[in-house]
Amino acid sequence: MNLALHDIRHNLGRFLLTSVGLGLLLGVVLSMIGIYRGLVSEALSLARSPAADLWVVETGTRGPFAEGSRIPGDTREAVARLSGVTATGSVTFQSFETEHRGRKLRLQVVGFEPGRLGGPSGLVEGRDVVRRHEVVADAKTGLTVGERIVLAGDPYTVVGLTRGAVSSGGDPIIWLTLRDSQVLQFRLSPAPARREAARGATTQTPDTVNAVLARVAASVPVDAVAAEARRWKHLSALTQADQETILTRSVVEKARQQIGLFTTVLLTVSTVIIALIIYTMTMDKLKEIATLKLIGAPDGRIVGLIVQQALALGILGFSIGATLIATIKDHFPRRVLMQPEDATALGVIVIVVCVVASGLGVRLALKVDPATALGS
Amino acid sequence: MTDDIRPLVELRGLAKHYGEGETRVDALKSIDLDLMPGQVIGLLGPSGSGKTTLLNLIGCIVEPSAGTMKLDGETVWDGRWRRSDLRALRLEKVGFIFQFHNLLPFLDVVDNIALVLDMAGVGREPAKQRAIELLEYLEVGHRRNAMPSQLSGGEAQRVAIARALANRPRIILADEPTAALDGQRAGIVMDLMRRVAVDQKAAVVVVTHDEKIYDRFDDIYSLRDGRIAET
Repeated sequence: MNLALHDIRHNLGRFLLTSVGLGLLLGVVLSMIGIYRGLVSEALSLARSPAADLWVVETGTRGPFAEGSRIPGDTREAVARLSGVTATGSVTFQSFETEHRGRKLRLQVVGFEPGRLGGPSGLVEGRDVVRRHEVVADAKTGLTVGERIVLAGDPYTVVGLTRGAVSSGGDPIIWLTLRDSQVLQFRLSPAPARREAARGATTQTPDTVNAVLARVAASVPVDAVAAEARRWKHLSALTQADQETILTRSVVEKARQQIGLFTTVLLTVSTVIIALIIYTMTMDKLKEIATLKLIGAPDGRIVGLIVQQALALGILGFSIGATLIATIKDHFPRRVLMQPEDATALGVIVIVVCVVASGLGVRLALKVDPATALGS
Repeated sequence: MTDDIRPLVELRGLAKHYGEGETRVDALKSIDLDLMPGQVIGLLGPSGSGKTTLLNLIGCIVEPSAGTMKLDGETVWDGRWRRSDLRALRLEKVGFIFQFHNLLPFLDVVDNIALVLDMAGVGREPAKQRAIELLEYLEVGHRRNAMPSQLSGGEAQRVAIARALANRPRIILADEPTAALDGQRAGIVMDLMRRVAVDQKAAVVVVTHDEKIYDRFDDIYSLRDGRIAET
């Protein structure tokens, strides 16, 4: 006869309410872990999207994400000639804000050369950019294929959509041709252009890019190619691993630590709350426990009653929390990435916490004097 | 000595004190008592006279300080516990009936009784069957599926008696079993105790202040200052 189950059934409303409360708390823990993972994933998605092995940037910088980097547009040809390099592409990155359909739209604009590295991957609708004044946009922008959007006064047509492509700041990405992005980045508005022309400076859009991406043959060590690129004094080269380390250790490090610390605090609070709930549940049953002891119930039976209820509470609470977050995660403004291993780890932690927390209740129950059942 | 004439409870010089030195309180002093099968006795006395302590000693809930104690022919205390599994001993030999019945509120009537059998290793179905038999025997079979909160005081006390009898214990200890009942129901409960004592050849010890039931006992022991003052 399972006493824990009978007791739960007897106090079902209270048990369910407690589980829902705990579930909400564990849901918050799970969402924090998801936000943490999402932050890292978003930070890396832009860098991983072109599947490059090497990032050639301006010397002395850790560009283009952690610091600004400007290199001549013809650097790509030079990099392409390095031994072991199989593909290259020049890219520009810039944050951009525009108004579209009456609302503000923050974008991460990526300029690339169609047919070369740096373009969108994993199109979910439409096609790639093949000519100027075309863009591929992430679905998070709310744009649809065939829609027109105005960027810096020029109209662009959306020809394709991706999903889940955002910058480290969470802004959705749009891809357009390198030339368009250079115009977007460097073209002066009419008044400053007239002033520059008046003082004899050129008003031509410069052929400058933020980085040159390179893919290296599998048989060639990437570090060797990077070392070769660094021999040009005006250039620096970062491997993909370097770039990812910079993104996670520099660009999103503080946010990562903040969320990590908050998650730890939440887990600690959850532990205390679980312990208190189980302790209170035991306190409510002291008379029944004394009676059980008096009529001969072994300790194992009493410990089982408390631990099984604690586990039921933890498992149900965790299931409610996980289901809730899985249901609403896509409605968060930033990506919430729920990974099975994180959910499993939290589930195991919750079970361990429940068992440890029930120790307080078990200790209390084992100290109950069976004589208190008499005459009470 | 055959089972029928051997005492079920034998207490010799049994004493219990709490604390030491100036704070020492002698709750019981040198109690000698034999309880035979089928005997129903009452323990009377003012508060602090040692009634509950004696009940706790016979029920192996507290350690005696001196003396010897045998239950159902088995020495359980001779200066130290002879058995380490006192709860198992209680489960096997002693049935408890409480003033406020102490039924587990989360189990229905049948499960409250079947639980004792379940703990003793009886299978689920035979345990249920035995519980139903006991409920019929105590004339509350019609309430078998009720929860304790749905029972009247008299019904709850009968279910508590059924639980105390589930393992066919030879010793039944009752602490103020009629205190919460009116005169008629108190009489019914005492009649049941008598029936159990006779049918199961058990010894029944009842701690009570209830004068309405004094005439239902074979013997009444009056305790005063930790001693049996009169019989």
